[in-house]
Amino acid sequence: MKSLSEIETTSKRASRAAGFSWGVSEEVGKCVRLLELFGLPGIVNLNSYLKEKNINDFENLKLIGNENKPKNNSFCPIYLGVSLIDQIRTVESFKSCSFINIAYPILFIPFLSRASEVIGKKILFIFDNNQFLLNFNLCISSNLTKKQYPNLAKKIKINFLENTDNFSELEWKSLYKLSEETFVEETESLKQGAAGAGLNDND
Amino acid sequence: MEVELRDPNVIMKLSRLGSFHQSKLSFLRSFLNEFKDWEYKRDLFDLDKKGFGVVVYSFKKKDRVYSLICFANEIQDGERSDRVIATKWDAAFTLYDGVPNKDDIDRLKKEVPKQEVGRLSYKELTLSRANKSVRVFDHVVKNLSNGQQPNLDLLEKVGYLYRTTAVYGSGKFGLADRFRIKKRDEINGPFRLEMMLVYLVRQFTFDQVNHVAKNKNPKKAVELDTKICKNLGIGNSTGLGMAPFIVNHPTLLNNWIMSREKALKKIREIKKVDIHDSNLFKTCLKNSIKNITSWNTESEYQLKKIKDLLSDVQKFLDFVEKKFDFETDYPFNQLYLWVEKKTCEECIEYIVSLMMEPYNEIIEPLVKQMSSEEDNYFTIPTNRNVEELKLIIETKYSNILSINFEKKQNFKKFWFISKNKEEPRIADRFKEEGSDLEQPLAIARDIKKLYEKLLIIKKDMKIDEFLSENSDLRHVVRRAFIIENFPYSEIQDNTISENTIPIDMLRLKLSFFGALKFDPRSDKWLRICMFQGAPLPSELKNYDDHWVYSANS
Repeated sequence: MKSLSEIETTSKRASRAAGFSWGVSEEVGKCVRLLELFGLPGIVNLNSYLKEKNINDFENLKLIGNENKPKNNSFCPIYLGVSLIDQIRTVESFKSCSFINIAYPILFIPFLSRASEVIGKKILFIFDNNQFLLNFNLCISSNLTKKQYPNLAKKIKINFLENTDNFSELEWKSLYKLSEETFVEETESLKQGAAGAGLNDND
Repeated sequence: MEVELRDPNVIMKLSRLGSFHQSKLSFLRSFLNEFKDWEYKRDLFDLDKKGFGVVVYSFKKKDRVYSLICFANEIQDGERSDRVIATKWDAAFTLYDGVPNKDDIDRLKKEVPKQEVGRLSYKELTLSRANKSVRVFDHVVKNLSNGQQPNLDLLEKVGYLYRTTAVYGSGKFGLADRFRIKKRDEINGPFRLEMMLVYLVRQFTFDQVNHVAKNKNPKKAVELDTKICKNLGIGNSTGLGMAPFIVNHPTLLNNWIMSREKALKKIREIKKVDIHDSNLFKTCLKNSIKNITSWNTESEYQLKKIKDLLSDVQKFLDFVEKKFDFETDYPFNQLYLWVEKKTCEECIEYIVSLMMEPYNEIIEPLVKQMSSEEDNYFTIPTNRNVEELKLIIETKYSNILSINFEKKQNFKKFWFISKNKEEPRIADRFKEEGSDLEQPLAIARDIKKLYEKLLIIKKDMKIDEFLSENSDLRHVVRRAFIIENFPYSEIQDNTISENTIPIDMLRLKLSFFGALKFDPRSDKWLRICMFQGAPLPSELKNYDDHWVYSANS
């Protein structure tokens, strides 16, 4: 088994050899490490992508807007990811944004995961019929379980989810009520001795 | 009185970093301190008459066990090489997480002796190999088997029976990644388990030499005197592999140096020094002279440094004994200022290390601050603007900005990774091929390039916009934002100049390991000694914390 350290170093060097700058290659190293840590096929997809990159003119997107469409081909997931992590404060303010054609979307996912941690919000990444929920860079959940990940996402939507509860108030109250059964009713004498009791708070 | 931390523009110069010495902060000393109350055992000793076979040692505390598995192999003299390109060694080692069973040992027997071309697993933590100093080893065997102790002059000259040529950890060749172990209480400082490996290897060398001597002449042989064992360490040959590490781990480098600087600051701020502490300092200072006079090297470069060091330390000792009153206020501050003014860099850093000796209460908390969660500082704060970045560079890299990179001598060298051994190398870009594959270790040059670019960009441009047009500078933009909060994270010098001495970078790292007696064999590699004078495993429960300055006595 390869260690994460080997995965990061080799991904970084391979990306540099494929023409990315050292700074961008460092980002790729971190992101592929993250994918493999989460059990997603980072190495397989980076390998395929870097091979295809030489024959396919993937596009860079320097400024991310609400709606993003490549001119001719599909977006490079790495440059797009770097732009996303760099511009995340602005992009977050859109609440959601959409893209057409991102190559090897799985390589874009770790950038979204890190972005989720930066902004402190969960991010929902939807492409075609697949969904990925990025949870503060702590875990990734998805409905896509097959090993073969698509090498092109045609229609993509990213939603920045507000920090809201994942349950109803009723469900919360029900659970809270049960938790109260660990509490003990205080007697009057105990109340008299509690912190702040008996003092004049206007002194 | 508040003392300022020392200026990174002084401390982070290569010549200063190349003058650092071991101290109480050094990793091998903090390792001994952490593991002193662990239970040490030799679990397996399966060597043949010639000393070849398998040995296992362990440290245990409660449910946690670390086991060193040693594989001693027979090799021909012609196969023995300290170079990283070697493929066979006298012994190979791995530190196993737990207690290895027979299957583990059988598996590791096939992989560990192969080193870089073998595959380890997440159950193995560190990996190393070592070669005998044949001259010393054979001499010791010969004498012990004849019932005599070896010649101390020869032993003192070399200082060890074996020398390692690499110690790997943190995920190399399939070893466990650091994240798997970093939350353990005992792993509260860098390179803990690398130090454990080297320490137990030292014990293996004594056990093996005794075993071979005993089998050579069972009736007459004696064991190597434990006092002699204590004065032997483990040698190490170190090449350029270490140099990129300190560039590639800026926050970690900062935390090492910052701990040293904070220690010095706190010691200089002590108003009244207890007589016990001043006496201890003076004793260590006096004893330390032996460490300098027994420091052997053939390197003219190092010989001059040792000569200056000895002369300055003697001058300082004379001053301390005859002219200085420890009852004065802030005595260590006064001493430091004297040393800074009157002695060479090698001596300044030597005395700084010595000043730490009496102060466990200052040093121990700092040891725990010497690791770094590097990923926390990876993301670039792209909401900042160009003006802010420019100001950081002007403030934090002021000396770097004065280097003229138009001059050939200032960018003559380049760092690359060798294809045959995947090891870092440095070469002349005007003579050798390969500078198009240069590694990103010329930070000074790239920072200056970044700065020049920033000068012509509008001040309020956000960093995200700047990066979208300047991807080639991304690695140094990241570093500049790191140094803003980590003042000792960068070498404030040119790492590709004609005059760069790469071993200065190795020496910095090795001093934090706790190495002694740096012996440069060229400007690109050196030999050192580790654990010379250190307590033996059986003595760990009650040992002299200042053993570094009691060695050879």
